[in-house]
Amino acid sequence: MIDSRDLELLEHIQTGLPVCSRPYAEIGRRCDMPESEVIERLTRLKQQGLIKRMGVIVKHRKLGYRANAMVVWNVPDDRVKQLGGHMSRFPFVTLCYRRPRRPGWPYNLYCMIHGKDRATVLQQLEQLTVACGLTSFDHEVLFSRRCFKQRGAVYKNIAATASAEVVHG
Amino acid sequence: MDNLDRRIINALQGGFPICDAPYRQVALTLNITEAELLIRLKNLRANGILTRFGPLYNAEQMGGALTLAAVKAPEERFDEIADIINAFPEVAHNYARRHTLNMWFVIATETPEQVSQTIDAIEEKTGLTVYNMPKIKEYFVNLKLEA
Repeated sequence: MIDSRDLELLEHIQTGLPVCSRPYAEIGRRCDMPESEVIERLTRLKQQGLIKRMGVIVKHRKLGYRANAMVVWNVPDDRVKQLGGHMSRFPFVTLCYRRPRRPGWPYNLYCMIHGKDRATVLQQLEQLTVACGLTSFDHEVLFSRRCFKQRGAVYKNIAATASAEVVHG
Repeated sequence: MDNLDRRIINALQGGFPICDAPYRQVALTLNITEAELLIRLKNLRANGILTRFGPLYNAEQMGGALTLAAVKAPEERFDEIADIINAFPEVAHNYARRHTLNMWFVIATETPEQVSQTIDAIEEKTGLTVYNMPKIKEYFVNLKLEA
């Protein structure tokens, strides 16, 4: 489903698209491929889901998003799917995952709310809690205090670069 | 950053066309010229507001692996622990959070085996237990941070 030419193409595009009038032609020049083939391959990779989307990665802190809460919930296993689905539809929820519980850490449902101020984030959390019927479940709110590292680095193997960029803080 | 910069960021977070003149197409929807869009993008990149512009891959489908992990770093060793963990190239981001589990980081590697090797190495170097919380399921969100 992915061949060596695809990999070569992805390797040349992973640092980002050139900002010029014909970016795909420019990428094509770098890996000796006509523009039309670059476009055709990227379109297919996107349809196949290997490329989640094309677009920009923003430094959320630079845009003023400094009140970023990771909220963790302990919900019954048989309801996690329904609750995760419901939660993720709120526009202020920026990430939503089911994760395993660990000894001393009973939480199995995580969501992120990225906000510019803490009061707004807490209001949104309250709204989410009520609307999803989460009031009776244990939860904790972990605001991020400091970002030590947000990697922009690129790997030889594109797999490792991949979703490393998804905002988690 | 002015209003047009914000409109550009917001538009591009929604996706980017794969066609021969994609910037021209985006510029049209923003009602500006292609040349103006290109200048703005170069500036936003130079200012570090946009880190990258291009494809966002599906790591697992490409054979890669990632996980979210956390440690309880004792307050007096906090900076030392942060330095140790950040020195791993496999660690993609690392955030301090207010909790006894006070350091949360993402490990992204080329293979699933490397995730556990990295965790073992972090445990050995820090002497702390690493809580490994890989995703079981991702619920779809439309990740877009209004500029």
